[in-house]
Amino acid sequence: MKLHEYQSKQIFARYGIPIPGGRVAATATEVRQIAEELGGRVVIKAQVLVGGRGKAGGVRLAKTPKEAEEVATQILAMEIKGLPVRKVLVDPAAHIEQEIYLAITNDRTARRPVMMASAAGGVDIEEVARTAPEKIIKIHIDPLLGLRDYQARDIAIGIDLSRDYWKSFLEITRGLWRAYVECDATLAEINPLVVTKEKRLLALDGKMLLDDNALFRHPDLAEMRDVDEEAPAETEARKYGLSFIKLEGNIGCMVNGAGLAMTTMDIVKLFGGEPANFLDIGGGASAEKVAAALRIILSDTNVKAVLFNIFGGITRCDEVAKGILAALAEVKPQVPMVVRLVGTNAEEGRRLLADAQMITAQTLVEAAQKAVAAARR
Amino acid sequence: MSILVNKDTRVLVQGITGHEGLFHTQQMLAYGTNVVAGVRPGKGGEWVLDGKVPVFDSCRAAVEATGANTSIIFVSAAFAPDAIYEAADADLPFIVCITEGIPVQDMMRVRAYLDQKGCRLLGPNCPGVLTPGEAKVGIIPGDIAIPGNVGIVSRSGTLTYEVLYALKLAGMGASTCVGIGGDPINGTDFIDCLDMFEADPYTEKVVLIGEIGGTDEEKAAQFIARHMTKPVVAFIAGQTAPPGKRMGHAGAIIEAGSGTAAEKIQALEAAGVRVARHPEEIPELL
Repeated sequence: MKLHEYQSKQIFARYGIPIPGGRVAATATEVRQIAEELGGRVVIKAQVLVGGRGKAGGVRLAKTPKEAEEVATQILAMEIKGLPVRKVLVDPAAHIEQEIYLAITNDRTARRPVMMASAAGGVDIEEVARTAPEKIIKIHIDPLLGLRDYQARDIAIGIDLSRDYWKSFLEITRGLWRAYVECDATLAEINPLVVTKEKRLLALDGKMLLDDNALFRHPDLAEMRDVDEEAPAETEARKYGLSFIKLEGNIGCMVNGAGLAMTTMDIVKLFGGEPANFLDIGGGASAEKVAAALRIILSDTNVKAVLFNIFGGITRCDEVAKGILAALAEVKPQVPMVVRLVGTNAEEGRRLLADAQMITAQTLVEAAQKAVAAARR
Repeated sequence: MSILVNKDTRVLVQGITGHEGLFHTQQMLAYGTNVVAGVRPGKGGEWVLDGKVPVFDSCRAAVEATGANTSIIFVSAAFAPDAIYEAADADLPFIVCITEGIPVQDMMRVRAYLDQKGCRLLGPNCPGVLTPGEAKVGIIPGDIAIPGNVGIVSRSGTLTYEVLYALKLAGMGASTCVGIGGDPINGTDFIDCLDMFEADPYTEKVVLIGEIGGTDEEKAAQFIARHMTKPVVAFIAGQTAPPGKRMGHAGAIIEAGSGTAAEKIQALEAAGVRVARHPEEIPELL
């Protein structure tokens, strides 16, 4: 789960990381009020869950409250990479002398957390990683020991940070480590961490990604999810414990198991079709879940055919068949449907579906070919 | 004729009294697996499944009483890390964790701890391991595979069943089928299994089933090029997966342009591995 910049910075502040004292607003009038209270120049930053806000014109400076209101009016009317801007963060403008990149993330290959820093902060770090990887300092952290101060000092030395700032840099790294651990983050990033003219370190921008699997123990963080920022079908799917991702094609796919669901998409493509979605109904799928899944697939008007590919293991094919029948009765789909049931209770499942006017298939290849043909009709 | 488990494996089931634990214990017993004990704190002294399996309060007690040498975990994600630590501290050399949804930071700590203890974990978020005709320690349906000489290692569940079934229809059997799981941090990896299959006299060919995310397939490709004499056929799921989206499995995500199916297929082909376009092509390539 992605957090907005303002949410990430609120969390950072709780862990003693200095942030600009700004506030979030949803209207231009509020922005003006905040700018008046802050006094001086402000930065107005679009809060959307995509990168490249700056390049898209979603981050702008304003000298006066009146200008802040005008700028906010424009930003709040923008769409950035297809996402409408619903909120802006209004921060006092900082006098920047140096920009640093600092982050903790999971290093999957090393199987442990890694702290990364670069003196080339404020820019796209993936770009730095590609063009000048030597400018990024990485230190792996033992997950059983946690970040040690000497490691943070090694980072400070590695990025040539003046000794004057070591003490406050160490406090920030400790805070960032605690935020990463205690929030079950997969990324806790400050970019940039700036040295100001006033000789202070300040986290000007923040980004946190949280582990969805850990949200059960963080109900407060789970509530921070911004459902405005995701496709409604994905929100609906999560409610039913379905794993759903919308794609651009026209063949809806309902599959049990993530690997098989990806494979089903791939084979549809291999035989000349385009999958409309990824959908994993999970193990032991109930009739209710299947019905919800079919509703979600058919809510996409691009869908011209639906392919059901069920390999019964724990999931019983007769149970899925009952779900399909219940869903058909409720949704009354107008598109052709191809069904393949294999494994536990497959025959019983096929018998249940015999009168449902569905196209049946035995093999994966046959199912894909029939679905592609049906979508073209 | 197998790796990891065989007819002599003595299985302990952690979380045996839960819905999943009980159901799959029954399935494992029906397959002929030697399930010798269960653990459920607070229910020690009871018996389950018509008196077939004794329940203990702790792994330590179960191991002492029954000589169990392999544990399988059906404990919910919030409590599964503790179950793994408990099994490791009871000196069980092999632990299979079926549980899906364990937080990744928990798994980083678990993995760091297990590396110090020197015991082997399979999973989490995996279907377990099946040696057809001998033992199943997991949830792979037993009737879709027959004994044979093909070793299978996979990151997926139902996709693995699909491959086992395609092999069976082609009259081909498996020596052992190992599901290593779909999480970003796991215990046993592709290379561990390839190494064991290479050493197993009864395995003649290997099927590797990978998917998008991470670089384990690329590392496996390097290992195959340097150390494998037995032929390997592979399939990689997720060629049509969009970047930045988690495709069901916690570990199936293309991050910062890395972990794509195309990169993995290229690495495997460069290592001399034949890569199937779809699962039903695998028997032909073997």
